Amino acid sequence: MRDIAPSIRQRLFGEIPRRGWIGLAVLGIGLLLTPWIEPDFVPLMVLIFYFAYVGQAWNIMMGFAGQLSLGHSLYVGLGAYAAAIFYIKTGIGPWAGLFLAIALATAVGGLIGYLGFRFAITGVYFALLTIAFAEFCRILFDHLQFFGGSGGLYLKVENRQENDLFNLRGSPTMFYYVMLSLVALALALCRWLLSGRLGHYWLAIREDPEAAQAIGINVFRYKMYAVLLSSGMTALGGVFIAFYYNNLYPEQTFSMGRSIELLLGPIIGGIGTLFGPILGSALLVLVGEGMTDVTEAWQLPGLKQILYGMAVLLIVLFLPGGVWPWIARHLGLVKTGDGK
Amino acid sequence: MDFAFDLLQTMIKGLLTGMVYSLMALGLTVIFGVMRVVNFAHGEMMVVAMYLTVFAFGVLGIDPVVALIPVAGILFLFGYGLQRIVINRFINVPEHMQFILMLAIAIILVNACLMLAGPDAQGVQLDYSLDSFEIGSLLLDKVRVYAAAGSLLIAFTLFLFFSRTRTGKAIRAAADNYTGALVVGLDVKRLYAITFGIGAACVGAAGVLTVMIVQVQPFLSVEYTLLAFTIVIIGGLGSLRGAIAGGLLIGLSEAVAGFLLDPSLKSVFSFGLLILVLLVRPQGLFGRAP
Repeated sequence: MRDIAPSIRQRLFGEIPRRGWIGLAVLGIGLLLTPWIEPDFVPLMVLIFYFAYVGQAWNIMMGFAGQLSLGHSLYVGLGAYAAAIFYIKTGIGPWAGLFLAIALATAVGGLIGYLGFRFAITGVYFALLTIAFAEFCRILFDHLQFFGGSGGLYLKVENRQENDLFNLRGSPTMFYYVMLSLVALALALCRWLLSGRLGHYWLAIREDPEAAQAIGINVFRYKMYAVLLSSGMTALGGVFIAFYYNNLYPEQTFSMGRSIELLLGPIIGGIGTLFGPILGSALLVLVGEGMTDVTEAWQLPGLKQILYGMAVLLIVLFLPGGVWPWIARHLGLVKTGDGK
Repeated sequence: MDFAFDLLQTMIKGLLTGMVYSLMALGLTVIFGVMRVVNFAHGEMMVVAMYLTVFAFGVLGIDPVVALIPVAGILFLFGYGLQRIVINRFINVPEHMQFILMLAIAIILVNACLMLAGPDAQGVQLDYSLDSFEIGSLLLDKVRVYAAAGSLLIAFTLFLFFSRTRTGKAIRAAADNYTGALVVGLDVKRLYAITFGIGAACVGAAGVLTVMIVQVQPFLSVEYTLLAFTIVIIGGLGSLRGAIAGGLLIGLSEAVAGFLLDPSLKSVFSFGLLILVLLVRPQGLFGRAP
């Protein structure tokens, strides 16, 4: 019997044109070598990888399945707090704690998804529901003394001469490679999912939920898959960022500002595309950093954010599909308008 | 007895604050009800109005009650212009694009405030700030009563505008049936701009009245945006009566939660209420079923 289903290799690597390969190879080697060539870039790159990764996770829900979440800081926060408290109380490193983090975040994500989709809450209303839960948890963690309350939760900062990958205590360069692997894995996972049945169901649901239901797709179930996967992946990002920064404050970790920060990347880069979140995060972090240098000279607080807001405004006005589809078209990476 | 008395006093205070909340939420609900645009820069507009009032009071010596009309006017022009120049191009795009557009505007507004006014809390110190009315043995802060009365008056005017004037009726027509409004020759673009102006003026007026009670800081804006959304969803997005009822309800629940538990827990109740309403009656207390 001939197997007509595409193999994993085909699903991951099929249909990539040659110049796509060259680009990927150059980018990959460049990124692997960066800590040696330009160590000063490492902290900045870790930030880019973090936003690229959580942006990719957010994109599964919004870009693929069409469910707008404005409360993703909730999953970052739950993941961060779960792994941090596990490490503090038991001394066991985050590679065990991340299971707790993912379990907790998917449980809460599942609850929000279940409530939202069962009661047919869509669009703005669903987005508001996600904000409400995030805000709810922000205030809750502010009052839970077990998690440090509003005073914050701190991880012991140890001697950073030696990298302890097992306990994730170490230099930014170690985090650089950990986060880079996460981004690469997330990209591969999304590519694989999108080329399969699940991905096509998601796109169908995003484009027209009623039509998807009519042709027999269990819309509720596949939306749930998107929320569960997205929240779990986001929580993982939270785990690593907690061990990178070593401190957590409910006011910041769960804030709406954080949720917005992490979805700007995919929106700027191109919602629903695979490279959009990565490119968007890189642009935002780099442009933001460049503006810091410029505006520091003038000593005006807020000017950086104003320019930042203007940049976002210009992009939504003139490149509403995001930057990546536009670049992909110009590089000849895609034949039609869709930027994969 | 003392407890019951204090509770009553708190509840009245909450209702008075709630009326200002209602006015703020009216602005949001009008904009959404007519053009289905979700104004995520609502709290930011409020903060801009609060700073304008502080400026008018501190530099020009104008009492907030007098500044109400010019500040609301400035916000009207701002909203009108913003709709005409930017938002109008975004009426028929997907929700998330509108959201990101409003977000960019919000970021620009709040940081302009930060840049011009600095991060410290500022307020107006009125010579009647600490006065109060006595009704029996109840004490009502004068500023709170003024703010509530102002909100009530503006809300009432708004109802009259939508039910009695030609423009108000035309706006309602455009909200009910966009194509129909175009067919009968209404200048929908202009009506939309007026609507956005009215929404901005409402939240501007609410800002003027609020700054009489609390001090303003740039980053209060996010809180106000969320508050306005909570109220409007509870009352029903697009419903005027819903915004009024939701504002009073949230004002009351915040005050009671702050009194019985802890002031920092007050928004837990609001968000809890929001989640409950979304699940049990997603169209809101006064909204029409979708």
